[in-house]
Amino acid sequence: MPENKFNGFMNYGIGIGLRSPHYDHILSRKPVVDWFEIISENFMIDGGRPLHILDQILEQYKVVQHGVSMYFGSAEKPNREHLRRLKELVKRTKTPWLTDHLCWGSVDGRYTHDLLPMPYTFEAARLTAQKVREVRDFLEVPIAVENVSSYAEFHVSEMTEWEFLNEVVERADCGVLLDVNNIYVSSRNHSFDPFTYVNSVPAERVAQIHIAGHSKFQKYILDTHDHPVIDPVWKLYERAIQRAGHTATLLEWDDSIPSFKEVHGEAMKANRFLADTTLAVAV
Amino acid sequence: MKLATLQRAVARAVMQPLTRSERMQRSAPGGGRMSSYAARFIKPNDRLTSFERLEIYNRQYWFRVLGGMAEDFPGLRAVLGGQRFESMCKAYLTECPSRSFTLRNLGAHLETWLRQNPSWIRDRRVLALDMVCLEWADIEAFDGQAKLPLRPEDLREIEVPNLRLGIQPYVQLLELHYPVDDLVLEVKHGDDTPDFASNAVHERRKRSKVRAVAKLEPAQIFLAVHRLDFSVYFRRIQPEEFLLLNALRSGKTIERAIELAFRTSSVPTADRAAFVQHSFQTWATLGWFCRPDEKVRGEKSHGKRE
Repeated sequence: MPENKFNGFMNYGIGIGLRSPHYDHILSRKPVVDWFEIISENFMIDGGRPLHILDQILEQYKVVQHGVSMYFGSAEKPNREHLRRLKELVKRTKTPWLTDHLCWGSVDGRYTHDLLPMPYTFEAARLTAQKVREVRDFLEVPIAVENVSSYAEFHVSEMTEWEFLNEVVERADCGVLLDVNNIYVSSRNHSFDPFTYVNSVPAERVAQIHIAGHSKFQKYILDTHDHPVIDPVWKLYERAIQRAGHTATLLEWDDSIPSFKEVHGEAMKANRFLADTTLAVAV
Repeated sequence: MKLATLQRAVARAVMQPLTRSERMQRSAPGGGRMSSYAARFIKPNDRLTSFERLEIYNRQYWFRVLGGMAEDFPGLRAVLGGQRFESMCKAYLTECPSRSFTLRNLGAHLETWLRQNPSWIRDRRVLALDMVCLEWADIEAFDGQAKLPLRPEDLREIEVPNLRLGIQPYVQLLELHYPVDDLVLEVKHGDDTPDFASNAVHERRKRSKVRAVAKLEPAQIFLAVHRLDFSVYFRRIQPEEFLLLNALRSGKTIERAIELAFRTSSVPTADRAAFVQHSFQTWATLGWFCRPDEKVRGEKSHGKRE
């Protein structure tokens, strides 16, 4: 189950996000890491240090691309320049699969640089799926869409978020990057049972899983990626891998980034759940 | 409501500037109350109103883009002062919102916009424009394209006078009216100094930046912003070098470029050959030469940045 057509039939283990404060450590110490996830947009440039670093990382590690601005859910056509540069990067990294968010963020060519929540309508599902197909056909690489954390819901929604996710991935025939932290954050902000969400995701389409930390405020939770993963999120992770199997897992830590050792150590905690699942499957 | 209509309505609210106290405005885009506007499409919950839920995104948007501008233009921030810089950025981003998939390009139109809206820089116009040019050049030099450099031995095979040379796309050539390279280095050095979480240290740094800006005297400089071993450097160059490099970049032959470079030069005629030889050797060592771009061959002039 973890190797499927949505992740290029790869079994990648546990990875972490490649972030600039760790470059020196990684290149000088060459720590053992299953794989790194890069933010595509940081490397969709013409030259310079970022690409030089990336090339060195690619010589030694497996890399998967994760995007933040394709905006599959925006009502407008994909940006041609974005696609051209993304394809160049795909050729460079040979990423076995590519991920971006199930959200919108641009209107009439203007970018908010945010991951805005979708209205869960059939029209939005149809348009989003069509765009995922177009992008996949152009890039010629499997695509998985990530559920985002959200702080608002729309009156026009005709279904739940997980029903919408199912609707999109079935129509697009694409994979799912299941972010269990985002499910937790949204479940608290919108008062739903996160396990209902995890149990509704089509397990056979899960290409990758994200784990992360977040920040709690008085009236809502914000997805800040600046803390360790909390126990309720680990429980969701455990449930996700019970259903989907040992899926490629990635820890995101994007703000107040601690040492490489601490970030990697946090990611490796996922192993205890993977081991438990192995035993459960064996029994 | 159609998807496109809904997204336009939400984006207008999200991208509307915050109040002075960094909250969402009470007035909606196009008039009316924002609370009614938000309630039209966003559900409230048991803890947050529609307004409050929309406000989370409105604040996130502005914190993100203003943070990006402050990161990219620390020198301009020092020139204008924190408050004016932030107000200016809000006005700029309201008129010129990002049209790129990457935040890297957020300030791409700032120089042009400031020229059209000089009231933001009225008492420091020239200094501020110099600083914007330099800080944008810094961004371009950091991740600009590098073509395969021509080696010194390649240059020996040159058949002067008809040969043309290209200049690496990442090399940015600037003519400036203030030594803003010194100022920006001072500002960046201050930001790199370890922070001891002390207000006193912060205040001293702030005062030091203000003093550095105040004491900066005008002085015409020519600068090549380039990179070496993947780090960006500011290299002061002579006016003749500036003219020569620009002429080569615009597709002039070497012979014609040299002619243009020395047209109003004070370098004695007897010293010019040595000057040119030394310049070419330096630039070749720095890897600035590359094959010329077919598109700029000929007499097209790029001119200087004013």
